[in-house]
Amino acid sequence: MYWNQKYECLPPEELHQLQLERLKATVERAFFNVPHYRRAFQAEGLEPGDIRSLDDLRKLPFTTKDDLRENYPFGMFAVPMSEIVRIHSSSGTTGKPTVVGYTRRDIDVWAELMARALVCGGATRNDIIHNAYGYGLFTGGLGVHYGAERLGASVIPISGGNTKRQVMIMRDFGSTILTCTPSYALHIAEVMEEMGIDPAELKLRAGIFGAEPWSENMRREIERRLGISAVDIYGLSEVIGPGVAIECQEKNGLHIFGDHFLAEVIDPVTEKPLPPGEMGELVLTSLTKEALPVIRYRTRDVTALLPGDCPCGRTGVRIARITGRTDDMLIIRGVNVFPSQVESVLLEIGGTEPHYQLIVDREGSLDTLEVQVEVSESLFSDAVRRLEDLEHRLHQELESTLGLSVKVTLVEPKTIVRSEGKAKRVIDKRKF
Amino acid sequence: MKIKQLSVFLENKSGRLAAVTRLLASKGINIRALSIADTSDFGILRLIVNDPEAAYRALKEGGFTVSLTEVLGVEMPDRPGGLSSVLTHLEEAGINIEYLYAFLGKGENGALVILRVEDLDKAIEILSAKGVQLVKAEKVYAL
Repeated sequence: MYWNQKYECLPPEELHQLQLERLKATVERAFFNVPHYRRAFQAEGLEPGDIRSLDDLRKLPFTTKDDLRENYPFGMFAVPMSEIVRIHSSSGTTGKPTVVGYTRRDIDVWAELMARALVCGGATRNDIIHNAYGYGLFTGGLGVHYGAERLGASVIPISGGNTKRQVMIMRDFGSTILTCTPSYALHIAEVMEEMGIDPAELKLRAGIFGAEPWSENMRREIERRLGISAVDIYGLSEVIGPGVAIECQEKNGLHIFGDHFLAEVIDPVTEKPLPPGEMGELVLTSLTKEALPVIRYRTRDVTALLPGDCPCGRTGVRIARITGRTDDMLIIRGVNVFPSQVESVLLEIGGTEPHYQLIVDREGSLDTLEVQVEVSESLFSDAVRRLEDLEHRLHQELESTLGLSVKVTLVEPKTIVRSEGKAKRVIDKRKF
Repeated sequence: MKIKQLSVFLENKSGRLAAVTRLLASKGINIRALSIADTSDFGILRLIVNDPEAAYRALKEGGFTVSLTEVLGVEMPDRPGGLSSVLTHLEEAGINIEYLYAFLGKGENGALVILRVEDLDKAIEILSAKGVQLVKAEKVYAL
């Protein structure tokens, strides 16, 4: 099922042609209307005319969250305020908030993208969409809302909070699709259990969850406890909000809507683009945004481009589920290591989310990496042989995933210090 | 027939075994038999106690990784060949032994050995048929 089959399934040559035309227009708009971009391009000796192919994208300088902050609040807008019909903002938990603006056409494009995303995630116009993303400055609530209306579904703009009432409305109104953060979906499941309501009594059949990183394990748990099919949606306010990418029913990577965004994955240190399959930082360029064009925006989200075509027929490039932030990256013996890579190996082998810690040290001039894994009851066995097997498998799988030699140590529960319930994942003892 | 054995994961560092025994002592739990299997990094302490369920709860609450496994207690004549004949029966039946360890004290009628096998029910069937004395769980806890 597609919302816009023509554009979601454009043959690659046509897609690339469209992307190039739109990239040129975006670069031009940014150069002539946003002082920051003009300065940044000129610093590299670039003019809009230098962009002649999609590969030329790589010549363009990156844009960072700091650039948006330095131009707080409206300095990155490429249109006069009279053209802006909506303003959203990030929470600003990690510093000054970033502010994003939308023209009427931007809102229209966003609604189209979210309608596509909802259909991709399994929604139809006959669905009752229970939208528990927060409404307000956060883009989640209104993003889904406009997409659901564009699709023609019935949207319940319930926003977050008051979970018991959410469950009651879900039951009484016959909500069929839940949209919220994955952690809130689990919370709803818990409250439902406390209230003694069996999810089978509800009409809920699917969920579209995002706005925070989550795991396959969490997906299985949500699907089991709510009795639904769950997909992952990705987006960020700086780029447009939710609707940048979403999983289809294959649940094997998230499709980027390629007629509106260009995606690259780069090595966050060397800033060189990485081939499909290699983990790095997602970099996004908007192709159609009027109010706030973003060029090579460093998302700090860790993912990989996925090789190969998807059986669903969509031709936009796919990215792997976001597994973490580049801020958490370590460089060990010149190799980039993301704690989330370790986590995915442990999940695969252990089946549950174990507590672990990376200890980086230096012996002589050589960095060492030790991965300590707490032996939970599900990993434990009374036979030495099985624990040694476990240690051996973790060792092999970690070394092949990280491309680095690793010491694996099984440790007792609660060995790894937790602060405010969250474990400290990395201890770097190296002195530089 | 099936005896509940506690297994506790221990890191190979000083004081861990003492911590387990101290905890059990504080709960008034008496250890009947024990063995430790260790590697350079970690060890597994296996215990037969008078009250396995209470010990399990105490260790779990104490933050240890602990599991309950079912094992067999086999009583055999305390003379050369006693153990050998039991093992021969199991070997002939193709039953693998994961590990075994002996009680320090004696049973009523001879030496007492704890056996952990892959197929417990089959082992019980074979050994009973061969007339080997299997010790009841309550008896072992009370020894």
